[in-house]
Amino acid sequence: MKSVLPPYLSHMTTIHAERATDSPLTIGGRAFRSRLMVGTGKYRNNGDMVRAIEASGAEIVTVAVRRVDLDRSKDEGILYHLSPEQYFLLANTAGCYTADEAMRYARLSREAGFNEFVKLEVIGDRETLLPDTEGLLTAARELAREGFKVLAYTNDDLITALRLEDAGCAAVMPLASPIGSGLGLLNPYGIRTIKRRLSVPVIVDAGVGTASDACLTMEQGVDGILMNTALAEARDPVAMATAMRLAVEAGRQAFLAGRMPRREVAMPSTPNAGMLE
Amino acid sequence: MSELEIMVNGEPRKVPGPATAAGLLRHLGLDPRTVVVELNRKIVRRPQLNDTALADGDAVELVHFVGGG
Repeated sequence: MKSVLPPYLSHMTTIHAERATDSPLTIGGRAFRSRLMVGTGKYRNNGDMVRAIEASGAEIVTVAVRRVDLDRSKDEGILYHLSPEQYFLLANTAGCYTADEAMRYARLSREAGFNEFVKLEVIGDRETLLPDTEGLLTAARELAREGFKVLAYTNDDLITALRLEDAGCAAVMPLASPIGSGLGLLNPYGIRTIKRRLSVPVIVDAGVGTASDACLTMEQGVDGILMNTALAEARDPVAMATAMRLAVEAGRQAFLAGRMPRREVAMPSTPNAGMLE
Repeated sequence: MSELEIMVNGEPRKVPGPATAAGLLRHLGLDPRTVVVELNRKIVRRPQLNDTALADGDAVELVHFVGGG
């Protein structure tokens, strides 16, 4: 694209103009601009949380349903800090260990919330927080039947992902690594394979620790990333949120751009022709 | 006025009777727009809060959205 600005400012037009064309992320019939989704747990304070979420550019923000604390004089729910007009609130079923429990939380969330979307978690193990795939499939089938748009948190196993899609899930959310671990993308091949084989969106959920993890994850071609701890536990959550926003965009653009092939041997970038005798 | 003894969020609580789900929220100073009421494991939809009577021994759960990942 020809720039109309003086040459020393030309980079300002090229940054926005020369992008690979991308379609919006569509989940359960709803289109979203941002491919980065963020959680709202574990922030040191609500001010940090609100500013970090803003900096991340996320539209989808996860929340959880819990008992109201009746002993505290003024217990503020998350809605006091995050406007449901500004963000798409996605309720999770974190902390649920059986299909029945997860379904109970999903139904309460639908009643508390503003949409029929639910991030379904059925946890199978307290140490690793890895999913109970059997319970997950049971709950996913039933909730999809009840009209929920289920986004299912799962592991990096293709077969489970395929079954979740068959169960009627609106999106499948394989982990990069265990929840809150920050270990990054442990199985790029597994994630790539799931993305290649599924028709519904694949959103990588959990395990991303820093910007390079997010970028590498998006380079696998997945549709988006959901993260929480990487922002909440960063020394500066707002700066990390900015880094993550840029990393997700960079990774997405790199994927769409199509990377060069990997070679085992060097190939000169400078022509040999014209070398002096 | 009679008193009801019910379980609210797992704790026994005495509330003035006769009581409704909406009345319980008022009694506790909670906003019905942000709290969901579950009565004996069944969700009470918001429009039904006024018409849902509470009885001795009922188990009530009051939940709302908090931060989560």
